[in-house]
Amino acid sequence: MNQELLLTKRRSMFEEVWIRFLRKPIAVLGGLIILIVTLSCLLAPVIAPYDYDDQDVTRKFTEPNKDFFFGTDNLGRDVFSRLLYGGRISLMVGFVSASVAAVFGVAFGGIAGFYGKKTDNIIMRILDVFMALPQMLLAIVISAMLGTGIKGAIIAVTIATIPRYAQAVRGPILAIRNQEFVEAAFAIDASDSRIILRHILPNVLSPIIVQVTLGVGSAITMAASLSFLGLGVQPPYPEWGAMISAARVYILDHSYLVTFPGLAIAIVVLALNLLGDGLRDAMDPRWKE
Amino acid sequence: MGTMLEVRNLKKYFKVNAGLLHAVDGVSFKLEEGHTLGVVGESGCGKSTLGRVILHLHDSTGGQILYHGKDITNVSRSELSRLRHEMQIIFQDPYSSLNPRMTVFQTIAEPMEIFGKFSSDEIEHRVYEMMDTVGLARRFVNSYPHELDGGRRQRIGISRALVLNPKFIVCDEPVSALDVSIQAQVLNLMLDIQEKLGLTYIFITHDLSVVKYISDDILVMYLGQMVEKAPSDELFTHQYHPYTKALISAVPRADIDYKRKRTQLRGELTSPINPRPGCRFATRCIYSKPNCFIETPELVEVSPNHLVRCHYAREINCL
Amino acid sequence: MSETILEAKNLSVRYVTKDLGTCYAVNDISIALKKGYTLGLVGETGAGKTTFAKAILRILPQPQGKVTSGTVLLNDEDLYQKSDQEMRKIRGKKISMIFQDPMTALNPIDTVGDQIAEVLRLHFNINRKEAELRSAQILEMVGIPGERRNEYPHQFSGGMKQRVVIAMALACSPELLIADEPTTALDVTIQAQVLDMMNDLKQEIGTSMILITHDLGVVADMCDEVAVIYAGEILETGSANDIFKNMSHPYTIGLFESLPDLSSKGKRLNSIPGLMPDPTHLPVGCKFAPRCAFSVEQCSAASIPLIEISNTHFCRCLFPQKRRNQNGNNA
Repeated sequence: MNQELLLTKRRSMFEEVWIRFLRKPIAVLGGLIILIVTLSCLLAPVIAPYDYDDQDVTRKFTEPNKDFFFGTDNLGRDVFSRLLYGGRISLMVGFVSASVAAVFGVAFGGIAGFYGKKTDNIIMRILDVFMALPQMLLAIVISAMLGTGIKGAIIAVTIATIPRYAQAVRGPILAIRNQEFVEAAFAIDASDSRIILRHILPNVLSPIIVQVTLGVGSAITMAASLSFLGLGVQPPYPEWGAMISAARVYILDHSYLVTFPGLAIAIVVLALNLLGDGLRDAMDPRWKE
Repeated sequence: MGTMLEVRNLKKYFKVNAGLLHAVDGVSFKLEEGHTLGVVGESGCGKSTLGRVILHLHDSTGGQILYHGKDITNVSRSELSRLRHEMQIIFQDPYSSLNPRMTVFQTIAEPMEIFGKFSSDEIEHRVYEMMDTVGLARRFVNSYPHELDGGRRQRIGISRALVLNPKFIVCDEPVSALDVSIQAQVLNLMLDIQEKLGLTYIFITHDLSVVKYISDDILVMYLGQMVEKAPSDELFTHQYHPYTKALISAVPRADIDYKRKRTQLRGELTSPINPRPGCRFATRCIYSKPNCFIETPELVEVSPNHLVRCHYAREINCL
Repeated sequence: MSETILEAKNLSVRYVTKDLGTCYAVNDISIALKKGYTLGLVGETGAGKTTFAKAILRILPQPQGKVTSGTVLLNDEDLYQKSDQEMRKIRGKKISMIFQDPMTALNPIDTVGDQIAEVLRLHFNINRKEAELRSAQILEMVGIPGERRNEYPHQFSGGMKQRVVIAMALACSPELLIADEPTTALDVTIQAQVLDMMNDLKQEIGTSMILITHDLGVVADMCDEVAVIYAGEILETGSANDIFKNMSHPYTIGLFESLPDLSSKGKRLNSIPGLMPDPTHLPVGCKFAPRCAFSVEQCSAASIPLIEISNTHFCRCLFPQKRRNQNGNNA
């Protein structure tokens, strides 16, 4: 009987997403770029030909050549090595801020979406106040209050992005909340926390993952912008935005000092966006053709 | 066999922007153990809300619910926990009533996990037992809902409702979303397990042939109110309320010798928000008189066990 | 001029997808519809009815939908030889289709009058004023006051929306109307009103109709001829009388016996065991054999042809059953 054949098409959810993701070469490219960049930066102590602080004014402003792939800066430091070490900071600020903001954002958005009515109103109005300010402005204000440094940068970017995550998550949660299987969970006497953790969150995982992926890109940009403005991470740390800022004065004669860090940011953010878009399509809950 | 469930003047109103929506407005009935009460009506009549209010998935706005004689209208959380094991629900949509991220096993096992007093062996044993009872092949135990068809998904929903041995189940349009041949399989199943386990059902549906097939008594609802209630056979032989007449005559029969009468309804459904006094069916009723728009009719027993809410039920039916 | 308005000859349609393989949705279907008649196409979910309808109008989803054989003739003209432009002239004017869900068939940002007028102006050379007038008239024809032409779809109930949809479909007085489960999403009393209206219009305009449904009651109400479709094939076809009084295919009989009619209280329904086969892995021979109580080896050996039971009644079965009355007893 053909009943057996109905069994053979089983694939886990994860496998399904993975297969669909692999079908979009651009998204896979984005993923690969991120992977390569992240690995390279993590392995900076191994890969980088020079230390990020290795100064030698005799070789300052060297054009890119085989010894110094991206040239050297005003203090003779190797730009390529600084990019690798700097990437660790830029990427870390981006990932950590996005992740922490996601946790808080999901918590706020989740509680607002699940309990609805008054709770929803209160939480969302508070977040509205934060969102009334442009994200960058908010980050600047908080960073200015906290002073320079990695910790300050992370906190500022995190707080500035929480409201958007909360809002992005609240919609899908409201939608799921009204599905019958959530009602069914109430009917079998499930506690509120069980319903949120077991029934609602796993079903909004897709939008959350996509948001976080895209959010890392925007966090990296924000962190770089803060450094550029003299807030956040400052020299001698080779954070990419700080590198651009320091190189501004040399832009006419030694434009490569600005170009390479700029390209690094652009490529990473672009790759994250492609990855996020690809994930969003791969996770589209329309399994049935 | 005693009265398992009694509902007295049950009301559920929702606050909406435009005012107060009378979803359920004064429903009363008694349900004997082992019997099936069919609740029929069209969209907006409140039948689904009625089922959910009885199960405390919505809070009631007024009236009483009595379970085995005890008032459970406003129960404590812990008492509600205990009740939930005895009173269960089967939903209409086999697509949205199952968590897409949980396997068949997880869905059926969950009520036991929540109850907390079962070992994992006992849970596994019971899950397979349930799958056998509802005719779901064991090989699907680790499947996800999206891999299965509507009929199988509905069986999962039924197992989930049965797993803790309930006494009473609200069936909210359990076969409406299924194909005809699957519908027959699931209806047979529901009758079998009712017999085997001594279950009491409230069967909510818009399908008149199904309700006649499965119910002992039938309640007809319109815009939140009970308009007629009678034993199943009696209702189909003698309908007294103009809405019931229109409803029954509107159903097309699979019989080419049957000539369906032209519809006996005027106009459209009126709004359940802030309803005016008078009969709510009056604007559509072909028998309506001026009085119908002013005075709200009461439920009256016009023949043994047969209740009607209509001023002129006797005249219209020559009783 | 023949009496036949629409003919499908050996039509086969496949859906080709990377994920699930090839889905054999329609397998060698032939029908002939006489002018002014209504054909009921009865089947359950996945039988291929909607695919068949879309193939007639050539609106199959591209690129997955492929017609692999056969053709469709409208008034003896081969629709599959027509250009895209010619097909556009035919759709809405000669053949109209209405779909199941009235909620999504109407454009929410246009008034209903404008949507009807749009259809008119696409096919007739009339100015705006004239189109407005006619759209109001058409609304009246479906029982909606003409003044409501300036209202938006969300201001109408489900039943009224479906009437608007029907009005749009009939605006150009098409020769053929294909209605895909037109009343399934509606309440029973509204369904009755809409069916009455469709019957009236049919008489007035003389439209031929293909009515796709799973509801045998609706078929009895509306159809002159019936074709029962299963796994992309026609299993039985004949006049309404042939099918309802003399049903022969075990599947057709099974369908009737699955219905809780108003006389079978308490007895278990004779349900058909199992499920429709996976359209990507159809069995050889009779597609219904795996579920059939009467099947033998021969049934699954090779394709079963349509066997003639009378000159109007055909059945794709090697062992057509004797007629049964309502209670499942042999007559």
